[in-house]
Amino acid sequence: MLENLERIKQQFSDELSAVKSRDELEKIRVAFLGKKGLVTEELKNLRNLNAEEKKVAGMQVNMLKNEIEQAIVDYQKTLEEMEYQKQIESAERYDYSIPSEVEVGTLHPITIVQKKIEDIFKTMGFIIEDGLEIQTEYNNFEAVNIPKNHPARDMTDTYYLENGQLLKTHTSASQNTIMKKYGAPKPGEPLKVLFPGRCFRNENIDASHENTFFQLEGMMIGEDISISNLIYFMKALLTEVFQREVKVRLRPGFFPFVEPGFELDINCAICGGEGCPTCKHSGWVELLPCGMIHPNVLSMGGIDPDKYTGFAFGLGLTRLAMMKYNIKDIRLFNSGNLKQLRQFTK
Amino acid sequence: MLISMNWISEFTDLSGVDIKELINQFTLSTAEVEDIYEMGKNIKDVVVGKLVEINDHPNSKKLHLVKVDIGSEVVECVCGAPNVFVGAVVPFAKLGGQVGELVIKEVQIAGATSRGMCCSEKELGISDNHEGLMILDDIYPLGTDIKEFMQLEDTVFEVDNKSLTNRPDLWGHYGIAREIATLTKRPLKPLELMDTDIYRELAPIDLKVENTDKIYRYSCITIDNITKKKSPINMRIRLTYCGMRPINLLADLTNYLMMEMGQPMHAFDNGKVSKIRVKTMPEQTNFLTLDGVERKIDTDTLMICDEKEPVAIAGIMGGELSEITDNTDSVLLESANFDAVSVRKSATRLGMRTDASARYEKTIDPELTVPAIKRFLKLLAEIDPGVKVTSALTDCYVKHYETITIQFDKAYVDKYTGIDISSNFIEETLTALGFGLNRKGDEFEVVVPSWRATKDVTMKADMIEEITRIYGYDNFEIKSTKSLLTPIRHSEDRDNELKMKLFLSERYAMNEVHSYLWYESKLNKEIGIVTEPNIRVINSLTAENDTIRSTIIPSLLGFVYKNVDTTPEMGMFEIGRVSDGLKEDGLCNERKRLGIVVASKKLSEKEVYFKVKEIVEQLLLAIKNVRPVFAIKEELSKYNYVHPVNSAKISLKGEEIGYFSVLNPKVKNKIDKKLNVAYAEIDVELLETVTAETLRYVEPSKYPGVTIDLSLLTEKELRFEKIAEYIGEYKCEYLKSFHLVDIFEDEKLLPGKKSVTIRFEFVSMERTLEGQEISAMTDELLAILKAKGIELR
Repeated sequence: MLENLERIKQQFSDELSAVKSRDELEKIRVAFLGKKGLVTEELKNLRNLNAEEKKVAGMQVNMLKNEIEQAIVDYQKTLEEMEYQKQIESAERYDYSIPSEVEVGTLHPITIVQKKIEDIFKTMGFIIEDGLEIQTEYNNFEAVNIPKNHPARDMTDTYYLENGQLLKTHTSASQNTIMKKYGAPKPGEPLKVLFPGRCFRNENIDASHENTFFQLEGMMIGEDISISNLIYFMKALLTEVFQREVKVRLRPGFFPFVEPGFELDINCAICGGEGCPTCKHSGWVELLPCGMIHPNVLSMGGIDPDKYTGFAFGLGLTRLAMMKYNIKDIRLFNSGNLKQLRQFTK
Repeated sequence: MLISMNWISEFTDLSGVDIKELINQFTLSTAEVEDIYEMGKNIKDVVVGKLVEINDHPNSKKLHLVKVDIGSEVVECVCGAPNVFVGAVVPFAKLGGQVGELVIKEVQIAGATSRGMCCSEKELGISDNHEGLMILDDIYPLGTDIKEFMQLEDTVFEVDNKSLTNRPDLWGHYGIAREIATLTKRPLKPLELMDTDIYRELAPIDLKVENTDKIYRYSCITIDNITKKKSPINMRIRLTYCGMRPINLLADLTNYLMMEMGQPMHAFDNGKVSKIRVKTMPEQTNFLTLDGVERKIDTDTLMICDEKEPVAIAGIMGGELSEITDNTDSVLLESANFDAVSVRKSATRLGMRTDASARYEKTIDPELTVPAIKRFLKLLAEIDPGVKVTSALTDCYVKHYETITIQFDKAYVDKYTGIDISSNFIEETLTALGFGLNRKGDEFEVVVPSWRATKDVTMKADMIEEITRIYGYDNFEIKSTKSLLTPIRHSEDRDNELKMKLFLSERYAMNEVHSYLWYESKLNKEIGIVTEPNIRVINSLTAENDTIRSTIIPSLLGFVYKNVDTTPEMGMFEIGRVSDGLKEDGLCNERKRLGIVVASKKLSEKEVYFKVKEIVEQLLLAIKNVRPVFAIKEELSKYNYVHPVNSAKISLKGEEIGYFSVLNPKVKNKIDKKLNVAYAEIDVELLETVTAETLRYVEPSKYPGVTIDLSLLTEKELRFEKIAEYIGEYKCEYLKSFHLVDIFEDEKLLPGKKSVTIRFEFVSMERTLEGQEISAMTDELLAILKAKGIELR
């Protein structure tokens, strides 16, 4: 019997070395370890032996069985590795340099810039509002302290409609409506609103003039809103908008709806304030008008100016978009020209 | 406006002050300075010289060889001026000296040696007179540097006029000087005036103001025995530096007063004007202004008239016939205050804006008229001591501004500024600016000076500006606000607007566009779009685009047309405003509309139709989690670009919010026959009236479901929604869902019919359904459908 085992072992080793695939390996497994396999037969043969022989031979047979089982498992791993190598060698080499070409949609550049600014203001607790484009004279002029006979009303660049309404000339036209909507703020909870909008000026169009453009205006009203707060907010917000540490300076500026009113300059981005042709060697660039909301404007908005103060500021959104994307011709915005507009993927 | 620092220095002592820094301070505290000019620095070594000998130039007819005595020596030079004469005293630029860009060297001019230069006024930069040499009075020692008696060196700065619109007091040097005195904390000297009380007994001028609504005050006086014709040199230099052309003494003096006090004045030739009537003309009148132009004067324009005829347009310009000439020795001097709105409107109607009208438009102080006359007399008498006042100072003060008193306290200032500005600073600042001040501790009662009280300063908040601008915004401590930490609820409408834009651009690769609020009628005509009449703009510069749009679709179709040649495959959208007619109150019914358009040459018309339908459906599901319902709406075909058959209204929970359509062939053929276009318009505000459905999670069955595909044979015209309705009649708890798989049409195989394949899914929450149960349910379903005329294919 022991010779038998020796022969089986030799036979297994010979056959295994010829195996090329898992199927062949399985066949060998069945041939040696299957129900009628050679080793299994030997195990069955054990019952013909006496106890002493059985003990010796049994150990031998089981050793052989284990050896073969282990060899098969090992050989299986080798086969897997071989197959894997073959798979990799035969794999197609993909060209990562082939560009992906997916049609991408775009937002309007104004929407992109507006969203960015709205997001900044939202982080500081501002509500976003928008108003009508077709406004009453009251909202556009009276309510922001531009009474009849004021020179600003003479300007022929207001579009008037047949019914006496007009196309709003500035986002300030929404101030009154917003104040009335929210009413006087609760103590410690100042009203903080940002209201972008489309404005209109009745003028001829060229590369730097549009009759339809976007502005953005913000205001904050509360019991103790001060000039100091105005400077703080402007500096903080503009630092976010321009993504750099912005220096601001205020100069007196006259706008009927604020008192005091300011022109806000920021330090020139080109020269950093040293003076260059862009800033006309002053180191400062005029950016936006702002000021403390005029008591008359608060009154007309139903907010008691003796109790509440507030600041307001305006920003030319179209101008900002032109700055951001280096757009030289303002006519792009309302052109509907897809060759141009498809570029604004972010 | 140009401001001379020499002039300013007459009113406040600026010795030791850094002028550049001061001007910068002025920008930050008062008004924007646009430019600074250093005058006269490029005039060097120009001295008084006398021409002692004049000879013809051997090689030139125009040039002369002149000998100039400059005290220390006699210098030879070549001179081309026509007005040379022996004994003429002239400014002479010595060798090594400088005149403008020109450095004086010994040069050969047409073969003769020239060792210096005789100068004209233009060369010295003090007027545009280049007709000949400047002739000086023969009163200075020869060789004296002209800068010793001519104020050539000056710092002139230009203030942005726009930043002065609300400051009538800053339209003259004295007002600017008040600011500068405040900024430098130096005293402001009073203006030297002539006492006119001594003429009280003289007869007044015959003056009547007939239209009192257009005027505040009219003051005048007559002066005789004026002998001097030319203004003193330093006055001329100042006028030139400030942008005024010197003319003659009287004209120059009125301009000088205007530049100094901001009070426009007018001198009439007294020989030609004897009475003053301030009135409008009863009918349109022609009037010759002193610039030689014949003007048509309407009945709203205030005029200054004498007995017979108009002599000046009030506050704008005098007439040619009463103009001062070189022969004038007697004048009637007007110093008046006309209504700002009236002057502005008249100036606009006449299309003439003058230095005077620009000032009146700012609402200047009527208190100025009399001091201006007194100042004029003072200056005139200094120049021409023999002048004689021949009338009483005649003054008609039609309307007074009320005295404005403002009360406030330091606490108010602290609250408004957010910082601590001392009461002493408040007191000093306001006093320096001319405010009358009554202070009790931290409480102030302030009387607004007349020059600020015409419109500029009216209330407490105005005091804040006065205090803070002088305090300096750069000196502010900057502080955040203190506020409670409360959540901010953002409006869902706005969030949805952005969501829709992102959805369309990201999911459907569409491009957002912006279009105008009005119809572009030329373009619409070109592509055959007929729009409904709607409210119009009455004063548009582009008159053909005067109708406000009532729908956004024509704008987008215009863009389709503009892009079809370059980018025929397009998907565009816009959220924009329209005015859908008028509301009951007569105001525009402004609506926010979403327009979507898909155009393609690759896709068939049917495909773009379904593309737009899909976009609408998916968009509404994304925003509201509600599936829209579509239905035919015949009224849509009132728009000639809507397809009469292939269009449908869009409803959400029963609310009609818009429609979609393929382009009507009438318009399609004009844009491009091969371009297939479909579009949709949704009223965003109506959409926002529909509440969104919250998403509800349903636990999937633990048991496998069974899907059955059934091909149903139906009439060709039967809409899917009908089939779905019939299926819905089968109430079966196990029929979980059904989906359209395919529609097959073939005229030969299935004439008049179509085969609709629908996948039904049956599932139970409690158990695995048996095969025979499924077939029983399928039979029941088919029986219902059969009753509706739908059979299994």
